[in-house]
Amino acid sequence: MSLEKTHPKEVKQILSKYPPEHKRSAVMPLLYLAQREEGYVNKAAMQDIAQMLEITETEVASIVGFYTLYHDEKAGKYRMQVCTDLPCALRGADEFMQNLCGNLGIKVGETTPDGVVTLEAVTCLAACDKAPMFQIQGPNGIKYHENMTVDRTMELVETLKKSDRGVK
Amino acid sequence: MTKQVTLSINGITVTVPDGTLVADAAKMAGIDIPVFCHHPKLEPAGMCRMCLVEIGRPMLDRATGQVVMENGLPKIQFMPKLETACTNRVSEGMVVMTTTDKARDGQKSTVELLLTSHPLDCPVCDKGGECPLQNLTMAFGPGQSRFIYDEKQHLQKQVPLGELIWLDRERCIQCARCIRFQDEVAGEAVLGFDERGRTTQIVSLSEPGFDSVFSGNTTDICPVGALTTADFRFGARPWELKAEASICTQCPVGCNTTLNTRREAKAGGDIVVKRVMPRQNEEVNEIWLCDKGRFAYHYAESKKRLSRPMVRKDDKLARASWEAATKLAAESFSKAKKDFVVLASGRLANEDLFNLKSLADHAGGKAIMYSDMGGGDITALVGVGQGTNIGKMGKGDAILVVASDLYQEAPIWWLRVKQAADRGATLIVANPRATKMDRFAKFVIRYAYGDEIKTVNDLSKKGKIADEFAKAKNAIVFYGSEGLGLNGTSGLASACATLLKETDHIGRPNNGLVGVWQRVNDQGAWEVGFRPEPDLEKALKGKSVYIVGADPVGDDPALAKALMGAKFVAVQDILETATTEIADVVLPAQAYTEREGTFTSGERRVQRFYAAVPVLGDAKPDFSITSQVAKQMGVILEGSSVSVVFDILANSLEAFTDLSYEKLAEVHGQWPIVGRGDLYYGGTTYENTQGLGVQLVPAAQAGGTVRIPKVRKEAALRPKEKELLAVPVNKLYDRGVTVNPAQLLEQRIGEATVTLHSSAAKKLGVEAGARARISFDGVSAEVLVKIDDTISAGVALVPRSMGIAIREPVAAKVK
Amino acid sequence: MTHILLRHRDIPDLNKFEVYKKNGGFAAFKKAVTKMQPTEVTDVVKNSGLRGRGGAGFPTGMKWSFIDNKNWPHYVVANADESEPGTFKDREIMEGNPFQFLEGLALASYAVGATAAYVYLRGEFWELAAFLDEKIAEMEEAGYLGDKLFGTGYSLKIFTHLGAGAYICGEETALLESLEGKRGQPRVRPPFPPSYGLYGKPTIINNVETFTNVPLILANGADWYKSMGTADSAGVKVFSLSGRVRKPGNYELPFGTTFRQLIYEHGGGIQEGRPVKAIMPAGASSSLIVVDDKVLDTPMDYATVRTLGADLGSASVIVLDDTVSLDWVINKTIHFFKHESCGKCTTCREGTFWMRNITDRIHSGNGSQGDVDLLLNVARQMQGKCLCALGEFSTMAVVTGIERFPQDFKKVVKA
Ligand SMILES: Cc1cc2nc3c(=O)[nH]c(=O)nc-3n(C[C@H](O)[C@H](O)[C@H](O)COP(=O)(O)O)c2cc1C
Ligand code: SF4
Ligand code: FES
Repeated sequence: MSLEKTHPKEVKQILSKYPPEHKRSAVMPLLYLAQREEGYVNKAAMQDIAQMLEITETEVASIVGFYTLYHDEKAGKYRMQVCTDLPCALRGADEFMQNLCGNLGIKVGETTPDGVVTLEAVTCLAACDKAPMFQIQGPNGIKYHENMTVDRTMELVETLKKSDRGVK
Repeated sequence: MTKQVTLSINGITVTVPDGTLVADAAKMAGIDIPVFCHHPKLEPAGMCRMCLVEIGRPMLDRATGQVVMENGLPKIQFMPKLETACTNRVSEGMVVMTTTDKARDGQKSTVELLLTSHPLDCPVCDKGGECPLQNLTMAFGPGQSRFIYDEKQHLQKQVPLGELIWLDRERCIQCARCIRFQDEVAGEAVLGFDERGRTTQIVSLSEPGFDSVFSGNTTDICPVGALTTADFRFGARPWELKAEASICTQCPVGCNTTLNTRREAKAGGDIVVKRVMPRQNEEVNEIWLCDKGRFAYHYAESKKRLSRPMVRKDDKLARASWEAATKLAAESFSKAKKDFVVLASGRLANEDLFNLKSLADHAGGKAIMYSDMGGGDITALVGVGQGTNIGKMGKGDAILVVASDLYQEAPIWWLRVKQAADRGATLIVANPRATKMDRFAKFVIRYAYGDEIKTVNDLSKKGKIADEFAKAKNAIVFYGSEGLGLNGTSGLASACATLLKETDHIGRPNNGLVGVWQRVNDQGAWEVGFRPEPDLEKALKGKSVYIVGADPVGDDPALAKALMGAKFVAVQDILETATTEIADVVLPAQAYTEREGTFTSGERRVQRFYAAVPVLGDAKPDFSITSQVAKQMGVILEGSSVSVVFDILANSLEAFTDLSYEKLAEVHGQWPIVGRGDLYYGGTTYENTQGLGVQLVPAAQAGGTVRIPKVRKEAALRPKEKELLAVPVNKLYDRGVTVNPAQLLEQRIGEATVTLHSSAAKKLGVEAGARARISFDGVSAEVLVKIDDTISAGVALVPRSMGIAIREPVAAKVK
Repeated sequence: MTHILLRHRDIPDLNKFEVYKKNGGFAAFKKAVTKMQPTEVTDVVKNSGLRGRGGAGFPTGMKWSFIDNKNWPHYVVANADESEPGTFKDREIMEGNPFQFLEGLALASYAVGATAAYVYLRGEFWELAAFLDEKIAEMEEAGYLGDKLFGTGYSLKIFTHLGAGAYICGEETALLESLEGKRGQPRVRPPFPPSYGLYGKPTIINNVETFTNVPLILANGADWYKSMGTADSAGVKVFSLSGRVRKPGNYELPFGTTFRQLIYEHGGGIQEGRPVKAIMPAGASSSLIVVDDKVLDTPMDYATVRTLGADLGSASVIVLDDTVSLDWVINKTIHFFKHESCGKCTTCREGTFWMRNITDRIHSGNGSQGDVDLLLNVARQMQGKCLCALGEFSTMAVVTGIERFPQDFKKVVKA
């Protein structure tokens, strides 16, 4: 179904930000919108956005491929993206990540068997003074979690898992 | 004139137009700066970093703004870093050095980096031998790599981007020439980069894959072997190929081509065409070719080619000698007197048509052009002036496209008109349905089928669009046969001519009328005096008919019936067709690949094509066969030398007066400079060494009064209440005899369709993708239903040459 | 000390509209729109000596004066992409003192005649974008944004736009491409944004921190601003301090503050009291400074830091102590740049890929001295040949790391 049908208000609001002759600018916010439900953008959604903005599907796909926050494949419901870049690593991010892997029983890049959390290593998130830290990309956008410990992270994972079951 | 700028490159003083890129300026001066991403037809990208050079500019005094002098010479200030020659524009007094140690080092370093990610599989690569990367590596690269070969990325090597073009991901050097061509030149961004950094790769998500009729061009400009055509890949090595100049026979644009040939074991040691490549003609096709032109050439090597004359014996066609076959035909024609009819099409060369017309005239018969589009007499009057070059049209000019889907009918015109619009020309598209041209139009006029003439007439009245057209510096009108038959198109041509005349847009270069013909040489047929016949059935029935280069039986049951009732039928063609099956005499003609001759394009440019492969069997060139037939009838026509026929033609036709066969072969320098030696600059397109052709002078340009034939009022039918009107439209990839044999295009040709408005479809109880039966006038066929809501509910679009005979609008039923 | 940019640290709830207004907020904007010519605003900024805080330190007023007045409309874009490893100042500014940033953006828009301005935020600032949207709505409601402001003919709208995970979009022309709905890849320059920017129209792009300075400069005058900092670098700077210090964080200090003051007085010194080994003053893009007492006492401004063989950049000071080995550091930075290279130009696309391979080999203990030499050589070879500065940045730590800390590499290579 077209985003124009499922999210008419949001689409209108997004399009209103850009000059009508440059509506292509709306491709990024529309992709976020399309990604909300499933956590990734499928072909139908790309087609839909292409049509709406009068560009080709290839052009939309090319945007999805370039930016790391768009995904074209399904993963866990929540993507836990731990910053392991230099400043965070200087403050223990690598060890934190390692411990997290151990606790979750998965490797970086993998998803917990229940499909709730995918663990990813990412580059700097502009929170270098609050390492270890990660962000969670989920259905409701992106949320930062800073000055984390493994224990507190595992608690958070439990909450996510519970709420996920609650949803079902 | 643009300002000229003088600079020095490697110590050579060069004067070029202001705004020229340093890389291009060097090229003009004969200095090669190596490039990969730069292409003279594309916007500067500066991404491959191959063209690194040292650039200095005269130092200016901050206070006075004057050039600082040193020892009587301007002091040159060099940039600390190397700069890209492909993005920097020339300026007065600039000093460029392309071969200093520093520049060489930069160039070498780029080659090294490119090669470290390249598979180096030249021995099995189609591009090997004509590969810019290979050439530039030899000239500018390091001898050895310092990286560990095993750490190279391994990527997919055979990725179909569609069924026509294949990608080798390992060979791609991410120069984006292909993507930029599709976006900037073709206006169809169906190629893109996926991912980023070292994982960047070319993708196409369109359906079908790489959905553009210009896709083949990307393989020419790809500087490595990453993009290859399904047609040629693994077909031959470039160094085995011979090159012969030719003209594409697929549409009235008349693109200049090169036929690459070689001897082949598969073909029993014969010489065959391996591929069709563009040949530069900046005023016709520049350096491009559409996919139809590139891939549909296979008809000339079809298994159904005729190689021996045949005559009917005991109701069967049997081999005969030339002598016997032509004699039989000649006897019948002579006897028929004024019942002798020549029916020939614009698939033939000028010389063929000229001989045929002469024969008909001498024998007192009638020469009929096999076409359902009229107006060629009018384009001879007010066609585009000599010197026309759409590639130079832009701001202040106007182009009107009416009743034509140029993308489907004449892709390279579409491309050039689109680019004229990009440069600021006012594009007006008037068509009863949406077409791909609309996106680039300043004005889109959507009229109802039947309202063509009224629409054009309205443009000579007051109004925003009319005013803009009227005040344009230059204006060209392209008119076509969308939804129209002979009557309608004749009327439309006249209306367009009147508009052009009234707005003073005739008799000059870049002004005038162009017919979007259905065949390569329809304009030529008109020029030598062929005319289509409104009632063709009547004109054939009971006659002695000489059919050349046409398949009326296969095209139309009504014509088949008429020919069954003919007294005698002689068919001269290159292929077996439904018409040869009913023929009394069959005369095998040579394909355009086997002979030479000339065609006249829709822009009335007369151009030569040359023989590339040996003749098949006993086939002869059409003009020669005709002369043999004529001789048996006591008419003497030149039959051995095509150049002699041409010169006779030129002597007897007003418009051709100044032309000679030699003159057509003349060339002059073109920009950009392309050619075999510097593949990395313009791609593998061929340099034009065998003739740019000559454009005919239309009557309006020659002086004298121009009288345009009047418009008939009721030009085309309109849908009536409660009735569905089937209207013909033109399709690029159709089942025509010159396309159908190309197996590669099978998927794009597809099946016969009928296009309806969704409301009409609903009423009829059919839906998109379903099959329905369409019937009219003795025709009935099963077709695939397509929906287009930009048309009116009363019409059903039926593509021509897809197996359903439709010559003009006709009331129809769809179930 | 009272803050100029991080004023929320002094004034609680400054991110509330009423609080900001009560503390003098929007007065400068109103005064400018109702009483000043656009060029006067530019002149004040020019005279203040304000330089861009996004990294290059280009004089802000001068940039504004380059706007092409023959081509309209004009746009102003705030660069809130903040993705340089070690930089986290713009985020605090926008969270804590959003109105001052937006007012600065509005002032710039007025100065160059833009009626639409965009804030390009990195995609990760999802919540911050929503927060800014609220703040923008409040300004619209109160008549500080919208049509015919303060009864004049001037209208202005501000929009947020989220990126989606690409460091390169901090580069201003890549940012514009991204904002136009394309892949964030840098454009060929010239032309520069003030003549050819967003949608091909004249555009001014500045960093968030740069804009945030403007309201107070307008309120207090150019001389006031110039009285802070050094002759070369006027005013104050938010230093993002990270790495092995005890108290990492943002510190707003006048230019000219020494490394020692930043690290020891403000950052609480090094963890476990260890010595400082090296400093990267501009995030992962920095050259590595070998630290000694003299270095620690060097005042931080654009010109002086350059005498240490490094650039101050966005002043994201990453502190390395003696437990850190440089082969590890450059392994980290190259992985970052390899991941973030946009792939447009050969040099950076291939160069970062091969540097990554070689540094992995070295860092894992499988490299030879030859590999170290090769790495240095590749990095040097890349310099001056990339399309944009990212490729250049990727070589900084490599070249200076290997050249200035050879012993760290000797230790890890196979004999
Ligand atoms: C790779 C790269 C990344 C950059 N990232 C940022 C950034 O995140 N934020 C920023 O303000 N400037 C960034 N810049 C600098 C901008 O290109 C530009 O110079 C700056 O936004 C201009 O603003 P200013 O004059 O206020 O500093 C980056 C530059 C490069 C080359
Ligand atoms: S230097 Fe890197 S980031 Fe910049 S254009 Fe080249 S590939 Fe892209
Ligand atoms: S960068 Fe100049 S040719 Fe590619």
